[in-house]
Amino acid sequence: MNTRTISVLVENHSGTLSRISGLFSSRGYNIASLTVGETEDPTVSRMTIVVEGDDQIIEQVIKQLNKLIDVIKVIDLKDLPVIEREFILIRVDTGKNNRHEIIELADLFGAKVVYVGSSSITFELSAPCDKINDFISLIRPYGIKELIRTGKVAMAQTKK
Amino acid sequence: MEDILGKKGAEILVDALIQEGVDIIFGYPGGQAIPIFDALYDEKRIKVVLTRHEQAAAHAADGYARATGKTGVCIATSGPGATNLVTGIATAYLDSIPMVAITGQVPTPYLGTDAFQEADMVGISRPITKHNFLVKDIKEFPIILKQAFYIAHSGRPGPVLIDIPSDISRGILEDYSYPKEISIRSYKPTVYGHPKQIEKAAELIKNAQKPVIFAGGGVISSNASQELFELVTKLNAPITLTLMGLGAFPGEHPLFIGMPGMHGSKTANMALQQADVIISIGARFDDRVTGHVGSFAPKAKIIHIDIDPATISKIVRVDIPVVGDAKNILKELNKILPIREGSEWNKQIEQWKNGSLFTYRNSEKVIKPQFVIETLYKLTKDKDIVITTDVGQHQMWTAQYYRFLKPRTFISSGGMGTMGYGMPAAMGASLGLGYKQVVSVSGDGSIQMNIQELATISINKIPVKIIIINNTYLGMVRQWQEMFWNKRYSSTCLRGGTLCIECKGPSHCKKKYIPDFIKLAESYNIPSFRAEKPQDVERVLLEGLKIEGPALMEFIVAPEENVFPMVPAGKSLDQVMEEL
Repeated sequence: MNTRTISVLVENHSGTLSRISGLFSSRGYNIASLTVGETEDPTVSRMTIVVEGDDQIIEQVIKQLNKLIDVIKVIDLKDLPVIEREFILIRVDTGKNNRHEIIELADLFGAKVVYVGSSSITFELSAPCDKINDFISLIRPYGIKELIRTGKVAMAQTKK
Repeated sequence: MEDILGKKGAEILVDALIQEGVDIIFGYPGGQAIPIFDALYDEKRIKVVLTRHEQAAAHAADGYARATGKTGVCIATSGPGATNLVTGIATAYLDSIPMVAITGQVPTPYLGTDAFQEADMVGISRPITKHNFLVKDIKEFPIILKQAFYIAHSGRPGPVLIDIPSDISRGILEDYSYPKEISIRSYKPTVYGHPKQIEKAAELIKNAQKPVIFAGGGVISSNASQELFELVTKLNAPITLTLMGLGAFPGEHPLFIGMPGMHGSKTANMALQQADVIISIGARFDDRVTGHVGSFAPKAKIIHIDIDPATISKIVRVDIPVVGDAKNILKELNKILPIREGSEWNKQIEQWKNGSLFTYRNSEKVIKPQFVIETLYKLTKDKDIVITTDVGQHQMWTAQYYRFLKPRTFISSGGMGTMGYGMPAAMGASLGLGYKQVVSVSGDGSIQMNIQELATISINKIPVKIIIINNTYLGMVRQWQEMFWNKRYSSTCLRGGTLCIECKGPSHCKKKYIPDFIKLAESYNIPSFRAEKPQDVERVLLEGLKIEGPALMEFIVAPEENVFPMVPAGKSLDQVMEEL
């Protein structure tokens, strides 16, 4: 399935999020991830939405987003040089003797230890999504006890 | 009473209505709406029409808007009052009708507590409104009202709901003033077409061999009929109008080829399928129009003029989109297009037309519904009246056999297909046009969905002429059951419902039809007439139309008459069935 990252500037109102999510659910479109937070202007929020779908669906999504009264601007990040990050917290089973090995692996990815328990270690990692995916798949064999992903945030390298 | 500085929320609302030029509102009170109705009590500049059901208030506001071009306003209380508006709001939404729906709400401290008569109207109405508001702070109320009216009637019009908790309508705002100007940074509809796109469209049209103009409701909401007329006559090209577009171009003009789609004329459907260029104006390629999308207009390049960019290439791939207001774009287009001479294509169209767009077999024994509509047209075509319909067979026959000559004279629920729409919409249309005569054509099924409005019509002496085409069935569903479901008339006979074990068909049925519409009308003090034979049709119509005020005319018609031509759902437009 194709995914596309769309950055949406919206009015920072209550109800805006439900309008956006309703737009997707009523048409049966899938959101892979959605993040939202205030911008440099406190009356404006920025959403980073990763959408699943073919070109026609994405085109409709962008048009329908633009049509919502609370949406100020929709930026399709498809053909732009983009800075993207995702943040995760991950608790890994250390078993009996794996602690050093796991910490070494985490070091390679630049993940930081945030908590050490008797049989687990919790890391934080902020990185581009594919790097996060790589880290998760390498760590998975040790046993992931808990994983939290924020979803992607992204911005164009220069302001459009 | 001590002097109150400032204005109450409800008074702000009333003042805003006046500033927005609202002269009539349709509504029904209830606990949380009492402050609003109280503020309306002494306001002589606004006529409040009390309907008998909130759904009818919404439809009446919608009919008012379609007939006048102004924004319709309806008011209901919280909870059940508000949810009763839902069908009416959705109807307006699907047909892009400007409306402001005002609902009472429980006081803000009670929001979300399952308080008495509480319903989350902002949540419920979100997918059926262009935008909606919950007023949580009286300071925001004036700007919300201004925004609501602006959003409702600008761009692609649509309904806007304002949910007003009763502590807001009772609260007081000091230093109130109604905003004069409005600018919403996130909402800037495109009004003028891009000159490059218009040029490209003109280039394509100039080289077209088989052009077809295909126009919809957008032409009516943009008041672009005159510009459309100029385009059609300049290009000397056939024009088809969607159900929503009927009246945007004179129905008797030789270039008019009828409505397209499922029950459209064969001429319109063949023309679309054979066209090399389709100029679509304010139409959205609804599935009832396109038939099977994959085989729609296979040879055509499509120019799509629409104010809503999201409509472009939503269903049918468009070659040249022009986003903007139809009136502005057509003006520009007309300036640069040359006059086109008639061609082989025009002859081909005439051949398909073969003298008439729609035909049926009349009878001397039973009343054919098409005959009622034809006769109605004959008797009223010079009278400049407005027709509303409900939904079903009678709606299609009206669209086929009444030749609408002017915009805003045909009012019907197109997208939503709402049974029960016609009579309340006729009330709204008539009042909006200063008690003008409006004919509401209904079926015996549809009319019963808002039959309580006979009271509103009678009490307010609204000159609505109610025509009931009584075939004793939910005719359109019965037609589908006859054609595609082995004649299994499940729950479509209004004589028997589901109670008859051995049905031998309508001609053997001894059951009495309930209700007796004539007696019903009498109880509402509305003069009523019934025709049972073809010879009575004209007399009954004349009698009903000539009296002042409302009248009800019932026509007992051939029970199993079908609407033809028909393109079965999912088939391409050239797979037309012209009879069974």
